[in-house]
Amino acid sequence: MSYIITVATFISIQAIVAYGLNIIVGYAGQISLGHAAFFGIGAYSAGLLATKAGLSFWAALPLVIAICAVIGIICGLPSLRLKADFLAITTIGINFIVESLFLYVPFFGGALGLGGIPRVVFLGNKLKGGEFLALCLVFLALVMFLSWWFSRSWMGLACISLREEETAASSMGVSPVKFKLVAFVLGSVIAGIGGALYAHQMRFIAPSDFGFPVSVMLLSLIVLGGMGTFWGPLVGAIILGSLPELARPLMEYRMLIYSLLLLGMIRFQPQGLLGEESVVSRIIGRHVGGDRS
Amino acid sequence: MYLFAEQFLNGLATGATYALISLGLALVYGVLGVLHVAHAGVYMAGAYIGIGVYSVTGNIWFAMVVSMIACGFIGVAIERLVYFPLLKYPPYVPLISSIAIFTGMEELVRLVAGPSVQTFSLELPFPSFDLGGIHVSSNLMGIYVITAVVFFLLWFITTKTETGLAMRAASQDMPIAGAMGIDSRFMVDFSFFVSSAVAALAGILVGIFYNTVSPGMGAIPAYKALALIVVGGLGSVPGAVVGSLSLGVAETLLIGYAGIPLPRDALAFIAMIVVLMWRPQGLLGKRS
Repeated sequence: MSYIITVATFISIQAIVAYGLNIIVGYAGQISLGHAAFFGIGAYSAGLLATKAGLSFWAALPLVIAICAVIGIICGLPSLRLKADFLAITTIGINFIVESLFLYVPFFGGALGLGGIPRVVFLGNKLKGGEFLALCLVFLALVMFLSWWFSRSWMGLACISLREEETAASSMGVSPVKFKLVAFVLGSVIAGIGGALYAHQMRFIAPSDFGFPVSVMLLSLIVLGGMGTFWGPLVGAIILGSLPELARPLMEYRMLIYSLLLLGMIRFQPQGLLGEESVVSRIIGRHVGGDRS
Repeated sequence: MYLFAEQFLNGLATGATYALISLGLALVYGVLGVLHVAHAGVYMAGAYIGIGVYSVTGNIWFAMVVSMIACGFIGVAIERLVYFPLLKYPPYVPLISSIAIFTGMEELVRLVAGPSVQTFSLELPFPSFDLGGIHVSSNLMGIYVITAVVFFLLWFITTKTETGLAMRAASQDMPIAGAMGIDSRFMVDFSFFVSSAVAALAGILVGIFYNTVSPGMGAIPAYKALALIVVGGLGSVPGAVVGSLSLGVAETLLIGYAGIPLPRDALAFIAMIVVLMWRPQGLLGKRS
């Protein structure tokens, strides 16, 4: 039972981070291959604030959000002026640089990682197992609400208009850099919250937890679910999070299956499982009818 | 002084192997506009095919030719089966599929050839010599000569022959080139074949240079080469070569002398971000 709870906790944390990436890639159309960097920045700032400054999870959370927002602005401002392919490579670069800073600066614990992160305390009792899962689910619900609200707010609509046709949108007075930056910072902050939860769940974090493969995994998760859809990141996180656990006997072939799945998915269903014109949404559309988004 | 010269020569060889990888990437980007991460997978496969054929036949030249041809076809297959049908989608779609191919290739090689590091020790049949106390090994000489020959051949093909002209026309505008009677599809295949064959050669040379071949050997070049083609200006082959050679030298000298705390693999990305802030189109790139 505790095994299932652990897996479920991981899936919900992954889903939180994926919702952040979905705002950047799905709504604002900015390809980011460095999302794990912000996941890591959130985890490390939460871990350091807990171990070195002795702050509780709740006291540290606003600071974690502020740190992620500031670093998001610093990284976002210059990179968002770049075109699609340049941006993709720059975000890979940000991921590599952040990971190597964690690895080589002794303050961050270096290659040995950062240990001894305490559990989250809520109303006097330490959260573990199912209680921590409940906390993660509450955060997931909040993030999903935020994401839903964003996609319907004027900021979100401005981002979507930029994704669809940047020239037309900017001629209507939508500032490309401003709204892309809003989406980038919001996505980074959400990743940071996921990172803080991850740090308190693992209680030990290492630089390799936030490397480039993690960014690829996060991106494949929203590609699988459907970019820019509301349920996409959750569906992707559940499928990709539980698949390796179900396929334990195929452990050896796990990564191969994973990459073939991703390749087959993007090659034949680039819109994702829930995207427009995808198989699943066509089936749902046939049975339910009406407009679905 | 001697140490400096030897470091410099080593750095130049490292840079030459980077250049062999990144020029193919730049060529492919110029033609199709796809960030071909799986290029590093082809490079790794090239090293494995090379070591396999060499251990059977014992002839390194034969191994190189077989590996180059095989990898050329792998490259064309990736282009035909995956990239070309995906061109109508936004650029991240081919990019993600490319990363998926790369991971898949890595895993496949790991399952087939085993996860352990294999040694690839041999002396390339080139003269070694001492120049006033500076020793240049035959493998180092081999890398210089082979790279120089490849650079020359590629320069000759792309600038002096009709095939090269057709290639450049196809990379400018595929439909118009098609209307002018150029078989654009063939030109795309040809570019993929050539760049994948060169990547296979790079894989073999790196395997010999460091004496090791492993399934994970493509990971660092994959992303470093991306940074390099950005520094050079996306799609600019001369830019990729200049960027690679200078990075190889700079890396080796900085690690040897400055003792900077950052790992050498982050240097390429730091250089890339600095260059992009200064010239968003890259060093030798054209303003769009």
